[in-house]
Amino acid sequence: MEDFFGIPAPLLFGQLLLGLINGAFYAMLSLGLAVIFGLLNIVNMAHGALFMMGAFVAWLLLDKLGLGYWWALLLSPFIVGAFGVLLEKLFISRLYKLDHLYGLLLTFGLALVIEGVFRNEFGSSGLPYRIPPELSGSWDLEFMFLPIYRAWVVAFALVACLATWLVIEKTRLGAYLRAATENAPLVQAFGVNVPRMVTLTYGAGVALAALGGVLAAPIYSVNPQMGSNLIIVVFAVVVIGGMGSILGAVLTGFGLGIVEGMTKVFYPEASATVIFVIMVIVLLARPAGLFGRA
Amino acid sequence: MATHQRGRLPAGAQLSGALALGRRGLLGAAGALAAGGGGLTPARAQAPTIRLGVLTDMSGPYRDPTGPGSVACTQQAAAEMANRGFAVEVIQADHQNKPDVGANIARQWYDQGVDAIVDVPTSSVALAINGIAREKNKVFLNSGAASSDLTGSACSPNTVHFTYDTYMLAKGTGAALARSGGDTWFFITADYAFGHALQRDTSRFVEAAGGKVLGAARYPFPATTDFSAFLVQAQSSRAKVLGLANAGTDTSTCIKQAREFGLTRNMKIAGLLMSFMEVHSLGLPTAQGLLMTEPFYWDLNDRTRAFAERVRPRMPGQAMPAQVQAGCYGVSLHYLKAVADMGAAQAKADGRAAVARMKAMPTDDDAFGQGRVREDGRKIHPSYLFEVKAPGESRGPWDYLKIVATTPAEEAFRPMAEGGCSLVRS
Amino acid sequence: MSDTAITAGALPAPKAENAVAWGFSRAQFAALTAMIVFLAVAPFVLYPVFIMKLLCFALFALAFNLLIGYVGLLSFGHAAYFGMGGYIAGYSAKALGLSPELAILAGGIVAGVLGAAFGWVAIRRQGIYFAMITLALAQMVYFFCVQAPFTGGEDGIQAIPRGSLLGVVPLDRDMAMYWLVAGIFLGAFLLIHRIVHSPFGQVLKAIRENEPRTISLGYKTDHYKLVAFILSTALAGIAGAVKSLVFGIATLTDVHWSMSGEVVLMTLVGGLGTTFGPVIGAAVIVTMQNYLAELGAWVTVIQGVIFVACVLAFRRGIIGEVGNLLKVKL
Repeated sequence: MEDFFGIPAPLLFGQLLLGLINGAFYAMLSLGLAVIFGLLNIVNMAHGALFMMGAFVAWLLLDKLGLGYWWALLLSPFIVGAFGVLLEKLFISRLYKLDHLYGLLLTFGLALVIEGVFRNEFGSSGLPYRIPPELSGSWDLEFMFLPIYRAWVVAFALVACLATWLVIEKTRLGAYLRAATENAPLVQAFGVNVPRMVTLTYGAGVALAALGGVLAAPIYSVNPQMGSNLIIVVFAVVVIGGMGSILGAVLTGFGLGIVEGMTKVFYPEASATVIFVIMVIVLLARPAGLFGRA
Repeated sequence: MATHQRGRLPAGAQLSGALALGRRGLLGAAGALAAGGGGLTPARAQAPTIRLGVLTDMSGPYRDPTGPGSVACTQQAAAEMANRGFAVEVIQADHQNKPDVGANIARQWYDQGVDAIVDVPTSSVALAINGIAREKNKVFLNSGAASSDLTGSACSPNTVHFTYDTYMLAKGTGAALARSGGDTWFFITADYAFGHALQRDTSRFVEAAGGKVLGAARYPFPATTDFSAFLVQAQSSRAKVLGLANAGTDTSTCIKQAREFGLTRNMKIAGLLMSFMEVHSLGLPTAQGLLMTEPFYWDLNDRTRAFAERVRPRMPGQAMPAQVQAGCYGVSLHYLKAVADMGAAQAKADGRAAVARMKAMPTDDDAFGQGRVREDGRKIHPSYLFEVKAPGESRGPWDYLKIVATTPAEEAFRPMAEGGCSLVRS
Repeated sequence: MSDTAITAGALPAPKAENAVAWGFSRAQFAALTAMIVFLAVAPFVLYPVFIMKLLCFALFALAFNLLIGYVGLLSFGHAAYFGMGGYIAGYSAKALGLSPELAILAGGIVAGVLGAAFGWVAIRRQGIYFAMITLALAQMVYFFCVQAPFTGGEDGIQAIPRGSLLGVVPLDRDMAMYWLVAGIFLGAFLLIHRIVHSPFGQVLKAIRENEPRTISLGYKTDHYKLVAFILSTALAGIAGAVKSLVFGIATLTDVHWSMSGEVVLMTLVGGLGTTFGPVIGAAVIVTMQNYLAELGAWVTVIQGVIFVACVLAFRRGIIGEVGNLLKVKL
């Protein structure tokens, strides 16, 4: 095994892979956040909690109904997405006429409720969720040991992000969405049911988070804090990438995951704060974010 | 005490034996408060009441080896010491592994009538309560924390440290592995008092056996559930032994993920603090062959089997008691014997005197056999090195361990003179 | 902008003729008197440590309210200053042996310096961006505290001595400590009131109402916002410092983002932009946490429900609603 710059290859590639995996989650979550923020102008503080719900629904599907991972990938986003639609109709839609900060506070409160209920039911240490047998095992590459499931996570997340980007940029529905972001009353005047689109958009963003949750379940073991640990980093990612930009969210997510992974190799103590430091620097140099429009 | 809140249970407390509260039930809470609070139980007991507060981890990574099981074992001890001239009341609370939460509960409990706090796994919380018990001259009966500092630099005349400590664990598992060829180590360490102490004590034994510590990765506790980054680091260090300076679900998760990343091909895994509860959650196929050091195992001898059968009905899920839980039984029983010996009123008034009496009386219980409490507060008893059985060797549920070696009590723990405890007159 | 702004619940200021003393209106003066009476009597009836905890959080909420209520900036990372104040005071008292008033002062000053640095970065943006930036910066502080040796990581700084006030009055007895805490609280409360009702405070309100116009009038609004930020963070630091001396422990919980969320909740429940709102809000939340502690994680759920309810239906908060009913400004 060779060493790169004095770092053993397994360490370098191992951390690179782990960085990509983290980046995949950052990208998926910040994508959902960016979509929701673009249309609703709400910072969805409950995003982490809904990510966690996605993982728990997968666990419950297995535990109560015996439905495995592949079912969960399909069903969990739908179930949690439907829950998201409910939240939007019952609570969030009442705040559109108010200061956007109220949306932040409301979704923060919702996050507390969701997390508290799950913590009550399931305790705060993790519940194990097995890697599906089709994806378990590792490839013994010469320069590192690559667990198959983790490679799958990266690949799937990339596909999901690409698919979302395609829908938004290349389809008619996406065009309506982007138009409504710019000028909702006008789009409404053209006969498009904007409130319904808003509701569905929120549901879709939430579903994306839940999908991330299912992907995360075998890695992080399903526990009520898994979302809140992640979400603040995701906020930093979104601020760096630029709040309105879909592409920015994805690129920044993956990129920052890699940066974090590399920091763990060369300077492990800083790995938790490096993303925030980058955020400060970006804010000072380009207040709108790397890809954002001021 | 001028500031007694009338008729109100201390916050964070529950009556056990009434409805088991835990995390379920607003109704349960209302029921417990109605049954025991609201000023409906004034001093109707002619005999004084000794109050034991079990402060433990009810919802986090240490829930299974301690938690509700610790409460059950303490209740068992209280039941066995009924009719000695005083009533015994057991209450419980969850410190959530946070020193400030634990300290607040402890302070309030001690100010409002609790005589002894029992269990407290999580060394950072235990160290905080160690200080408060001393300040208020109450009693701290620790079963769950491992840091050997509790009888070393932080020793106190109000504290008895039961079950195990990091020195005993390091001497057991660490020295055994170091002697059998594990001469290079990499630690994955829970980044708080316990992890640091365990890593420190184990390193000493490794180096004494001629080995070397190649490195350590510290992770935030209790927030970490994915250890892959640290495992990758361990793997690239090319050490022969992976030392897990953690406990509870952290240990079982590390072991599972180590398999995933192929560490088990080249490295031996040393779960420095493992109880058979972790074996239970890992399953024998994954855990077989692992070495662990414990001072209690339910299947050790006739007395331990008898104790396990007695306490099982009270345990959550009818599980067999694990070492920390049995420790709660042993330390509470000995405390109550000391109280019976010196009179309850005296014991309530002076925590230091009660602990001194515990040190003067030899201990004898079904879980740990005969032993004694040293001057520095350390309870000593033999420690046993176990190996996890292969699935074929196990004769039934809970039959997980076979004994490999025994260390007598006087050798199992750090010699008093080496601890740096101010109570020890050299 | 004003109808939907986050501080719309605040009623217009009382006319100068209604002021009774120090800029308090008649209703406010009555409330102040009630508060002072409570402070004098409470320790003989309730558990003093509990009231001290309440006062620390009330001060924290008052400091937070300075920013959101009067400048309109929602800082979602205020725990960084609260916790750092606690750590600095704890370290000063324990390792450096400073007397308590110096330790508290040190906590406040360091928190203020931190506020100056962070404020300078965060002020560049407004509204949601400001909130998210403050949250992320606070998270940096959290991770710093996890690593830094002087904070003791997960163990925290334990066994912080209360020492002797000015080297003369020992504070180990809870009652002695109580009078100090009550005094600091009252002093800070009056200080904040003075700040708000000074010319400086008037400019802050102008910025909240209509910043472009204030700029056009020639005021350097960024400077005013930064000064308000520093004041807010320094006072939060003092609150944290006092708390760590009262309980003898400073831990990571004090710098965690959930602590930031709690102070927002307290101020929201009490009433954003009111004088007494944060105090009542802190009282409600701390009391609730204390007496519902045996319900474990349900406390989090209840807090979340209160958040949601307040945002949807109860935006003025307790004091705001009371004030609205009685047609006074509290």
